[in-house]
Amino acid sequence: MRIRALVVRIIRQFVRDKRTLALLFLAPLLILSLTKLVFDGRTVSPEIGLIGPASALADKLEEQNASITVFDSMDDADKALHSGDLDAIIQIRDGKADITLEGSDPSVSRSTQLVMQKALQSSAQDDLAPSVHYLYGGPDMASFDSFGPVLIGFFSFFFVFLLAGVSFLRERTSGTLERLLATPIRRSEIVLGYLAGFGIFTLIQASLIAWFSVQVLGMSMAGHIVNMLLINLLLSLTALTLGTLLSSFASSEFQIIQFIPIIIVPQAFFSGLFNLDAMNPVLQKLSYIMPLYYGADAMRGIMVRGEGIPDIQLDIYVLAGLSILFALLNVTALKKHRRM
Amino acid sequence: MDESTAVPAIDAIRLVKRFGDRTVLDDITLTVPQGELFGLLGPSGSGKTTLIKLITGIDRADAGKVELFGEPMPQLKMLQTFGYMAQSDALYQELTGKENMAFYGSLYGLAGKVLASRIQSAALLVNLTDHLDKPASAYSGGMKRRLSLAIALLHEPQLLVLDEPTVGIDPVLRKTIWNELRALTQKGVTIIVTTHVMDEAEKCDRLGLIRDGKLIALNTPEAIIEHAGVHTIEEAFIALGSSKEDHT
Repeated sequence: MRIRALVVRIIRQFVRDKRTLALLFLAPLLILSLTKLVFDGRTVSPEIGLIGPASALADKLEEQNASITVFDSMDDADKALHSGDLDAIIQIRDGKADITLEGSDPSVSRSTQLVMQKALQSSAQDDLAPSVHYLYGGPDMASFDSFGPVLIGFFSFFFVFLLAGVSFLRERTSGTLERLLATPIRRSEIVLGYLAGFGIFTLIQASLIAWFSVQVLGMSMAGHIVNMLLINLLLSLTALTLGTLLSSFASSEFQIIQFIPIIIVPQAFFSGLFNLDAMNPVLQKLSYIMPLYYGADAMRGIMVRGEGIPDIQLDIYVLAGLSILFALLNVTALKKHRRM
Repeated sequence: MDESTAVPAIDAIRLVKRFGDRTVLDDITLTVPQGELFGLLGPSGSGKTTLIKLITGIDRADAGKVELFGEPMPQLKMLQTFGYMAQSDALYQELTGKENMAFYGSLYGLAGKVLASRIQSAALLVNLTDHLDKPASAYSGGMKRRLSLAIALLHEPQLLVLDEPTVGIDPVLRKTIWNELRALTQKGVTIIVTTHVMDEAEKCDRLGLIRDGKLIALNTPEAIIEHAGVHTIEEAFIALGSSKEDHT
């Protein structure tokens, strides 16, 4: 009954506050779309300069989606490379390919190299060319498909953390928490009411993001959407309980913002957005204490590798466990304001 | 006198409260019988609000004990017995006046028709009936204060705890509200009011004068004035405060 009153109040406050609603629902979609546009535009076709007579190699390169310019002398090609018109030059000397890369952008170098490798391989003996199979994904999978799931988790976490933190803080600074605690409401009822009230909105947010990324952005979705929703919801609940808990240690909205570089950004680094294999193995272990790591791991498992509940159950347990832990700590933290 | 009126509404014995090594309340003993309009008078920072928090059980005393209607505090179920109006208005700005009242009302277990009729009568009392559907953010300072008071009256509590209730309310309405408070005490409601407005203090049945965490006087306004040998509460407050300092 009291929990219901709290839920109704939170819903009413949200519905009145159109900007916050937009932040919760539209901002993640906007940022996901932008990321998609940046990382998943048309396939890059490297500009390759070929010195000497057009050969079978040129045809092979064009098959690989490269655009070929044939130069008569190395000097002309060199000029073009310097002026940025070319990504690479191939010169055939004594039947061996001599390659010069422009090299200022590693990702361009890598894709150019890949194209040239494929072309050179296929121009060699055909029967020796390896045939490649993919366990997950496929040749058409873009990098966005791989880190998109992590981003979805990150945005749910980030926005819910911020909103929950600020709302709970405002409850304290406006004096409503004091008055709330002068009514016979239990501390646990306050925390549960917040969980339920915000939970409704995070569920809508999670569904919206899931639908948008799969149906509109066409992100690869190998697993089941229900699993994805479940993980997204658990991740949001973790963010919600963590946000309200940390708001007890902030005395202004500005201090909530200060938690972003301390709590949110490090999680982004450890969540799988970047490959951590190059990092010191001891430091890599830090990811085990980050909620986002588990959420991102499960999201990627579901969307890229089509994993089901048995494969992601550890992630589910950890996220649910963290939510419960933070909620209990919240109930205790409220003791600061009322001892019973 | 039947048994229920024999039990005092508030019985506080030797309360001490410290924040760190600062003693905020020092050995306060105070009994308020049922149906009394009791005023706590003191400058800001003197410990009035802290005393109220100890009495209501929101905070716990470091020493001493409090009983409310014979029940030892703090106790969760006793929170139902009083209506509390804090110094801050404690309203949800996005919600209308009515929604604010409905929210707090349902925390006290009011629902349906009872809740609706209680909202109407409390709003009538503070003269807000025409503004119930406006969001609280559109209220003036005085209206917010009145809404906050109406919320404290919603569940018809036996005890009203009002922390500076009439700040920012115009003199005419202030008079109405004091008349209403007086009417409530005649129905047996006990009211404890903090104030630093001296003419309001004179309307109380009895006054407690607080200074630096000590209760420097506890009596009817007339007796306090007479005891201090002056003409007004204000003068009495100054006289009693300084004489206390002279002794120490």
